[in-house]
Amino acid sequence: MTVAAPVPAMITTRPEVLRDERRGTEPRPTKLALRQLSVYYGSFRAVNEITLDVATSSVTAIIGPSGCGKSTLLRAINRMTDLVPNARATGEIVLDGANILDPQVDVVEVRRRVGMVFQRPNPFPKSIFDNVAYGPRLYGVRGKALGDVVEQTLRGAALWDEVKDKLRQSAYALSGGQQQRLCIARAMAVEPEVILMDEPASALDPRATLLIEELMRQLKDQYTIVIVTHNMQQAARVSDQTAFLTMGDDRAGYLVEMAATTEIFTNPKNKLTEDYVSGRFG
Amino acid sequence: MTVAEFATRKSGRRVARRKLVNRVMLTLTGAAAIVAVAPLIWIVGYVVIRGAPAISLDFLTNLPTPVGIAGGGIGNAIVGSFMVVGLGLVFAVPVGLLGGLYAAARPTSRLGIAIRFATDTLAGVPSIVMGIFAYTIVVLPQGHFSAFSGAVVLSFIMLPVLVRTTEEMLKLVPGVLREGSLALGAPEWRTSLRVLVPAAINGILTGVMLAISRAAGEAAPMLFTAFGNPFMNTDFNQSVATLPHTVFVYAISPYPDWQAKAWATALVLIVLVLTLNLAARSITAWRMRRLGTIRA
Repeated sequence: MTVAAPVPAMITTRPEVLRDERRGTEPRPTKLALRQLSVYYGSFRAVNEITLDVATSSVTAIIGPSGCGKSTLLRAINRMTDLVPNARATGEIVLDGANILDPQVDVVEVRRRVGMVFQRPNPFPKSIFDNVAYGPRLYGVRGKALGDVVEQTLRGAALWDEVKDKLRQSAYALSGGQQQRLCIARAMAVEPEVILMDEPASALDPRATLLIEELMRQLKDQYTIVIVTHNMQQAARVSDQTAFLTMGDDRAGYLVEMAATTEIFTNPKNKLTEDYVSGRFG
Repeated sequence: MTVAEFATRKSGRRVARRKLVNRVMLTLTGAAAIVAVAPLIWIVGYVVIRGAPAISLDFLTNLPTPVGIAGGGIGNAIVGSFMVVGLGLVFAVPVGLLGGLYAAARPTSRLGIAIRFATDTLAGVPSIVMGIFAYTIVVLPQGHFSAFSGAVVLSFIMLPVLVRTTEEMLKLVPGVLREGSLALGAPEWRTSLRVLVPAAINGILTGVMLAISRAAGEAAPMLFTAFGNPFMNTDFNQSVATLPHTVFVYAISPYPDWQAKAWATALVLIVLVLTLNLAARSITAWRMRRLGTIRA
């Protein structure tokens, strides 16, 4: 397993951040904090008491072997687990100081603030415009303002130039990679604070994958991104910090180690992490 | 090893046997497929041959004439059929679509299970029984036959078709679309109306067409409700003639002229239903080209 070495140019452009990463500390304030988060499907515990902090305007990668509860963990963060009968989450998910698992919290508000991008591109069977406009329309944006939001969002998602002449065409006319970037744009259009990505490039070819990764780097100033990925090079390339999960004997996923990404890939503290990132296990 | 050597080996003989079985099965299934298609071609072809000679513009627009008087048409029955099927649709479509929506959204709830059971049972009730039922609850209290009562019974017949096709088509929509909408903070009703229903609209419209086709061809319940009417009538409170009922009356008559008209009326019925189907299909095909269809 090769690891992307820090690009020398970055040292000159972002010296503080790199230095902080070397020390394994994080200068930015916490956006999202999980506190002893467990998720159950019926009596089966899929995620076991995970506690971790996600910094504002950063990319956090969650890696780990198949079935270790990465996706479940991610889906709990915008309460998609509510949709599964018998699923329940315990512990706390703290977004800007408020526990979003609290029954009094409006799930619609949670999902507006925490957007999600799925494993396979899932554009709606509507036009490109209507896909991006779907979220803003939910929140009452109409008329010219809607057109402006759609344009700005597509520009922000680096998709505008490719689709500006065919906004009224079906989203299905786009390539898989474009569809996925459209889905990212669709999530961005409601101006979320956090964007969750569940293996967003796993169904895409390498070129489309690079475009998605490039987009993530551009977006992280504005959004807090949490990405689940099977692809360790991807985690190394795009993320600032990485959390490594694995399964316990009861098949519940637990957090082995979380640190700055360079730390996880070059100097892991835990033997399990080292085995995993070096390809000896998982 | 040459091919000849290969063929003489034991495994070669097994392959030959497998190929034979394959060919026999293909022939059998192909023959069954032809037998399955044959009735449609046969029926439509026969109706066209027997019915086409009597078709004319006068036949489509004129009123029936008494036995022995030349000419006469089925204009009243065409109008009557449109009335009962149309009003029946007005009753059945909202209930059927919303019911199907509920059953798809809450498949394991008590009500969801009840809807499925009730519609399956309703679909199995003979239409003549529904006719008697509508006679009892509508015609008797009102004291007269009517297009309205015909529409009521047709809505009963259409309802299970609408509920079940709507439900099944919605279930075919990939779950990721539903999740995509909910993840944006859309409430469930909006997800259903703005994402799931548009995605499944082709199938849902096919269900509506199927319901129309079934209802438009019902003669038995019309005996107790729309009753038939030799005059042109557009009043929903009065009895009306309908196409299948007209076919029935003409077909059992002893007069060759009426029997010929029964064939012609049957042809009109088939053509009308077929045209509706084709129209709906071309509309959905056009929509599909514009907005893309669902890929699983």
